[in-house]
Amino acid sequence: MRMTSRGVLAGLLIGLLAAPGFAADAGHGARLADSCTSCHGLEGRSPGATPALAGQDEAGLFDKLKAFQQGTVEATIMNRIARGYTDEELAALAAYFASVTP
Amino acid sequence: MTGKMTTLSRRRFVAGATAGLAAAPLALPHLARAQGAPKVVVIGGGFGGTSLARYLQRHDPGIAVTLIEKDRTFSTCPFSNGVLGGLWEIDAITFTYENVKAAGIDVIHDLASAIDPEAKTVTLQGGDVLAYDFLVVSPGIQFAWGAIEGYDEAATEVMPHAWQAGPQTVLLRRQLEAMEDGGTVVIATPQPPFRCPPGPYERASLIADYLHREKPKSKLLILDAQENFSKQPQFEEAWERLYPGIIERVPASGSGQVMNVDPSTMTVSTAFDDYTPAVANIIPPQRAGQIAIDAGLDEGKGFCSIDPVTFESTVHKSIYVLGDATIAGAMPKSGFSANNQAKACGAAILAAIAGREPIASKLINVCYSFASADYAFDVADVFTVADGTIKHVVEEARVMPVGLSDEMHKQEAGYAHSWYQNITAEMFG
Repeated sequence: MRMTSRGVLAGLLIGLLAAPGFAADAGHGARLADSCTSCHGLEGRSPGATPALAGQDEAGLFDKLKAFQQGTVEATIMNRIARGYTDEELAALAAYFASVTP
Repeated sequence: MTGKMTTLSRRRFVAGATAGLAAAPLALPHLARAQGAPKVVVIGGGFGGTSLARYLQRHDPGIAVTLIEKDRTFSTCPFSNGVLGGLWEIDAITFTYENVKAAGIDVIHDLASAIDPEAKTVTLQGGDVLAYDFLVVSPGIQFAWGAIEGYDEAATEVMPHAWQAGPQTVLLRRQLEAMEDGGTVVIATPQPPFRCPPGPYERASLIADYLHREKPKSKLLILDAQENFSKQPQFEEAWERLYPGIIERVPASGSGQVMNVDPSTMTVSTAFDDYTPAVANIIPPQRAGQIAIDAGLDEGKGFCSIDPVTFESTVHKSIYVLGDATIAGAMPKSGFSANNQAKACGAAILAAIAGREPIASKLINVCYSFASADYAFDVADVFTVADGTIKHVVEEARVMPVGLSDEMHKQEAGYAHSWYQNITAEMFG
């Protein structure tokens, strides 16, 4: 588990270096996340069946979003939602939700 | 390691943003706090207006937000078909504005009767005149009375539309409860654009589910002004799996569109056929709420054009329009859309107050539909601004596929409930 997170993080960082202007920016993520909270609750705090995102591990969340996007995990909705975002946007979302106190 | 990279990247990002700002002319009005708190007036306490009011209040409690809503309670159209199907009661989908008021928003229960875009004032039916710096118009829909001959406001007491949730929802539910087993229920759909594209078919599903459980000799007939409809393969699959034989549909090409009704004889007529159902649910054609029409925001089109980034009216500066009243490119008329638009609009108003350029973001709409208590499916869209309008990022395969297990549909029903809990908490919690 720990290894996987590190691996993803490394991949993410290589991505960051390769793309000028690329920023896992939590501020940008906060604005993007406005759309997510309609299902996932204010600031990603969801008490119900929809997973809470607040305080999740940044690299782990990015990894999960990429897996949804690539269709490598089963999902009811998120596989279709994740297709709508660039890697940069997914990274910003992960950075934002990781920064929120659960 | 991580921190260093992030800092570097962020600095690069900020530098880029600053360069962008420097290149742009400083044309935005700067509302200095010394002149007093910026005043935002919001017309309409539904998904658009309430979401916008709460968004601004959460981001900047210094903004004076006034919400004008004629009703003291709000029953949501989302989940109202569950009331019709007997899955839950109207109380479960009805909210007061007490928490909105407690959050510091000035809620006035009155009707906005006039807008003066030059003087920047809103006049209320009760006589008050409110000045604004920013006006947000989120009036929802009204019905085009007379578009179906014989269908006026009086007729809705016999043949409910139930397309604005509340007393109409309760009336239609009572009629379904009172109907004898073996009766026929008609649902007449309007031509688009209308509020909640999958809504009429979810309604047919949940009423059919109720009939299947309680009145199995009954039928449900959809008289459809459309040829094809939202999530059609998913609905038709559910109908076949859950209650085969109960729902029949006459599409537009089969003369499905209802042309006139006679409530005194319970007659519903298309161009070729007359029907006399036990219960008739007539969903008439729609347009933007009257205040938007009166203010000329629809330019005679019935719905209002907006800037796709800010939701500012293309007719009047400093007036923003949200939700079902708008023409919002690929975004459907839904509570979810209105909620997402409210955040885009709220971010744009915050930017204008700060003298910054608004930044486009991505918007989402998810429409969950129930076919029974434990069977749901969705259409999920991500939108972006391109070519001056709001477009799907991905056009293909936006609906949950057919052929999934009952377990997946049950899980989806759980997510639908969770969505409802979270989005209503954001507005009314």
